[in-house]
Amino acid sequence: MLMKLNNIGDNGVVCDFGNEVSKLINNNVIKTFQYVRKEVVTGRIHGILNCTPSYNKLIINFDPNITNIKNIFDFLNSVNISKLNLILERKKWIIPICYDFEMDLTDISKKLKIEKNDIIKIHSQTTFYIYMVGFVPGHPFMGDLDSKLYLNRLETPRVKVPAGSVGIVEKFCNIYPYESPGGWNIIGRTPIKVFNNKDESRPCLLSPGDTVKFKSISKKEFGNFKNE
Amino acid sequence: MSNSFFKVLRPGINSTYQDKGRFGLQHLGIAAGGCMDNESFSFVNAILGNKETEGVIEFAYQGPLLKLIKGRTKIAITGNVVFKIIYSNTKTIDGQTDRSYNLEEGDAIDILATKESVYGYLSVKGGFDLKPFCNSVSTLIKGKIGPNEGKKIGNGDNIFIKNENTDKKIFLIHPASSSSNIIRVLKGPQYQYFSKDSQKNFLSQNYNVTNLTDRMGMRLEGPALKNIVNPNIRSEGIIKGAIQVPEDGQPIVLLTDHPTIGGYPKIANVASVDYDLLVQKKPRTSILFKCIELKEAEQLYHEKQKKISKIIKDIEEVN
Repeated sequence: MLMKLNNIGDNGVVCDFGNEVSKLINNNVIKTFQYVRKEVVTGRIHGILNCTPSYNKLIINFDPNITNIKNIFDFLNSVNISKLNLILERKKWIIPICYDFEMDLTDISKKLKIEKNDIIKIHSQTTFYIYMVGFVPGHPFMGDLDSKLYLNRLETPRVKVPAGSVGIVEKFCNIYPYESPGGWNIIGRTPIKVFNNKDESRPCLLSPGDTVKFKSISKKEFGNFKNE
Repeated sequence: MSNSFFKVLRPGINSTYQDKGRFGLQHLGIAAGGCMDNESFSFVNAILGNKETEGVIEFAYQGPLLKLIKGRTKIAITGNVVFKIIYSNTKTIDGQTDRSYNLEEGDAIDILATKESVYGYLSVKGGFDLKPFCNSVSTLIKGKIGPNEGKKIGNGDNIFIKNENTDKKIFLIHPASSSSNIIRVLKGPQYQYFSKDSQKNFLSQNYNVTNLTDRMGMRLEGPALKNIVNPNIRSEGIIKGAIQVPEDGQPIVLLTDHPTIGGYPKIANVASVDYDLLVQKKPRTSILFKCIELKEAEQLYHEKQKKISKIIKDIEEVN
């Protein structure tokens, strides 16, 4: 048995896959998530409103008019995770980034005693795995960054971080979907929209389980992207 | 489509289009959203014979002043709301909630205030003509998602109505409102993170709703809850009604437009039966949490739904 089930109130279930933040555990979360979603979309299970994967958990929210905790438990207990394949719509993204828009590289360089260029090199050579998307629409939590670049959040969060800013904290990297307050260490900016409220077929670019590699671009190329 | 439309002469404090919500997108960071008080939402559409998922206008505290510039329509308002109907050719009357009114070109509705509550609902027969985004017309302000580019209803907006209405029938609904300050909850996933004294305080002392309350969450103030295990947990998915406790020990109830992922321990979850009751509590209202078990929560919820169905079945036509 790979997951522990518990109710959340009377309209939710949490599937707990273990304590660590590891790709292995998260793979089981994503596999189960994709399976549940498929069953929902094809109408084989009724009443599930949302399922939200995170590092090590899958949270399912259902309509208590249609189903109940027992039905959801029974359904999840029938899932054999080891037999599920991580199929699916996993995508490999190349995301352009302009490191000239960094806000914290000088401080990071001093703190970690690593040259700015080496920080950029480590970051742009990493293949990131998307553990989860959320908090706000389209916001990816990606890992794993080389432990040489582990940092805490800023002591004083910024009131405004521009849309597209790429930040790092601990072993994670994120992209700010729109201008918002934020406490991550900003090392660059992407012209790509990870959240587009005009695009109904794909409002959020990145999905849990996808991978991302960053490709360094110049300020000029950044400008060209913006004008497209 | 008709050409009937309202003009917004005053938008009110927080007036938005809402329906049941937008589902199946929380894994991308998009919360379901939708109307805060599901019961009042069901009633406002039921009076008008609308689909139960029809989009409506939700307002908070002070509502909008709307003038019907063109066409004819039938409207209804639910919640505990003070409003006036300003007939263009006769007089102004005090409006009654939970019944329908027929409006002619030039008439206006002035929604003055919600009484001892927060949210009210306005619907028109046949519904407003709104463009859905991902199968819903709910407005999620934080992500700028939904009709009106995801913004609140603004001054001067034109609000179009799908069908012009010509029938003169009037309908009444008789809701059974509760004013109880007891909110029933189930123990949350991290209930054991809190000291025995804090668990006891949480379920026996009053907590006050503070001004820091909106569609995303409700901050409470009362005896601080002491976390004896860990003030943070690994970030995980959120369900509305979760009561999380940050390091300062003051609980926050996550409401309809909640962030999709959060990392604070959750001491409890509001039972579905009392969610609508809770969201209608104004700042400075004192509430008392009462713990119930799952079986009871499920039973109470179904009893409540039965009552709602009965109330809807008993809608009467008056002349």
